[in-house]
Amino acid sequence: MITDVNVNLSRWPFRRLPHDDPAQLVRKLRTSGITSAWAGSFDGVLHKDLASVNRRTVKDCETFGDGLLIPVGSINPMLPAWKDDMRRCREDHGMKIIRLHPNYHGYKLDNPIFGELLGLAVEQNFIVQIALKMEDERVHHPLMQVEMVDTTPLKELVEQHPNSKILIINGMKGLQKNRLIELAKTGNVSFEISMLEAVGGVENVLKLIPVEILLFGSYFPFFYLESALLKMQESELGNFRSNAIFSGNAKRLLAEN
Amino acid sequence: MIRIPNAEIWDLHCHFSGVEGKTVDERIAQLMVYADRMNVDRLVFFMGWPWSTNPDPDEFRRQNDQVIQALTHWQDRAFGFAYLNPMYVEESLAEIDRCIANGPLVGIKLWVSRRCRDEEVDEIINKTAELKGVIYQHTWLKVSGNRETESTPEDLAKLASRHPGVPLICGHTGGDWERGIRAIQNHPNVSIGIGGSDPTAGFVEMAVRELGAERILYGSDIGGRSFSSQLAKVFGAEIPEAAKHLILGQNLKTMMTPILKSKGIQF
Ligand SMILES: [Zn+2]
Repeated sequence: MITDVNVNLSRWPFRRLPHDDPAQLVRKLRTSGITSAWAGSFDGVLHKDLASVNRRTVKDCETFGDGLLIPVGSINPMLPAWKDDMRRCREDHGMKIIRLHPNYHGYKLDNPIFGELLGLAVEQNFIVQIALKMEDERVHHPLMQVEMVDTTPLKELVEQHPNSKILIINGMKGLQKNRLIELAKTGNVSFEISMLEAVGGVENVLKLIPVEILLFGSYFPFFYLESALLKMQESELGNFRSNAIFSGNAKRLLAEN
Repeated sequence: MIRIPNAEIWDLHCHFSGVEGKTVDERIAQLMVYADRMNVDRLVFFMGWPWSTNPDPDEFRRQNDQVIQALTHWQDRAFGFAYLNPMYVEESLAEIDRCIANGPLVGIKLWVSRRCRDEEVDEIINKTAELKGVIYQHTWLKVSGNRETESTPEDLAKLASRHPGVPLICGHTGGDWERGIRAIQNHPNVSIGIGGSDPTAGFVEMAVRELGAERILYGSDIGGRSFSSQLAKVFGAEIPEAAKHLILGQNLKTMMTPILKSKGIQF
């Protein structure tokens, strides 16, 4: 059983990717042993009509993969009626997970509106994914250079919302060690391995954070799916820790919602 | 689950970072544990620690000594390139003598102290080529701005046109690989090293399409990177199995064969 918590549907705006249509995406996930994939949409990064993005995401998840894909809603609190988008994600689509791109959407985490969003997410029982980056900053399009999300304000906010459930995605490469430990200690913040680097990355990060908050994420199809899968082999984890990262932790997080 | 090609894997690009250990012997031993897990057969190491972007001759000699020391217990698996600084041409030439002509190293690594378009680099290239040494030049194309003395793939293309008969490696493929691949495309003596960047899907497919599999070399840039993210670029690419074999090991083996033979190194 493998749950991949970091998958994207639709198209990356700056290049075509292998497997960027849903039929191919699902086939690749399946043949690679992924049994469940939390699928957001690249469209959520730049599109303004997020209501239609979320509808398409749901439709793709229904049409392809026989339940393999779990839809993740895109929310941008800088847009009008974002609260209604959240409500629709929950009520119309039955979504349990939303994904945020604070840097592409133009707000910092100390913006009060993010605190408000977090409060609503707790009320509506959402897991909130925060994507810290989408691409190595050194290779961004010259007209579209976007800094990584600064997570400094997050610890305090999470303490104000003790029932919040946050999953940092695309964060492990830029996140500083002390920040990682500080956020891990809150107990409300989880992480995934797609951008985790260095030899034996997974076993090494588990010296810093408890295994219960580390999840399997690939950032497929932007990254080769094999990258995250091989990382689980490069580290000596044992069955208990492997199972927790591969699926147990994600299942528990989702079941609580 | 993962289709692991049944290929011999030679890693072009390894450092002694990412693991604990006071001595280079301790570090290489730990890195080999990970290499074993990932079925990496041979590894090329260059540079010691701490990093030095513009080392004086004493410093690059010290770092090369670290590499030479690391190889002593791993002659069956590890190779080394000499780290040079083309700001010190005479001393770099002497270091080629010391480490390659009269020592165990089999190539050179040029990093970020001087742009390789500069003609002062030529003597270093010529001398290494005479010894059949492998030549690895770091390149990057950072939208956020390169260091002034950091080479781009275009710089390497200039160097390549001055040395059309000398095989050269375009390190990192410039990082921004869509531009890097095209920048060196018309210089058949240039191969790309694909290590040390994110495992962005489509990289190796584009490289095979534009350059052919024969000009692509797997390397990881461990220990700052994982073997996994870098092997994934090849394992996961939508290319023929034979191309994967070339990229994972055969190409580097072919490139290194002349110097390994001339030194009588078993491989
Ligand atoms: Zn390197």
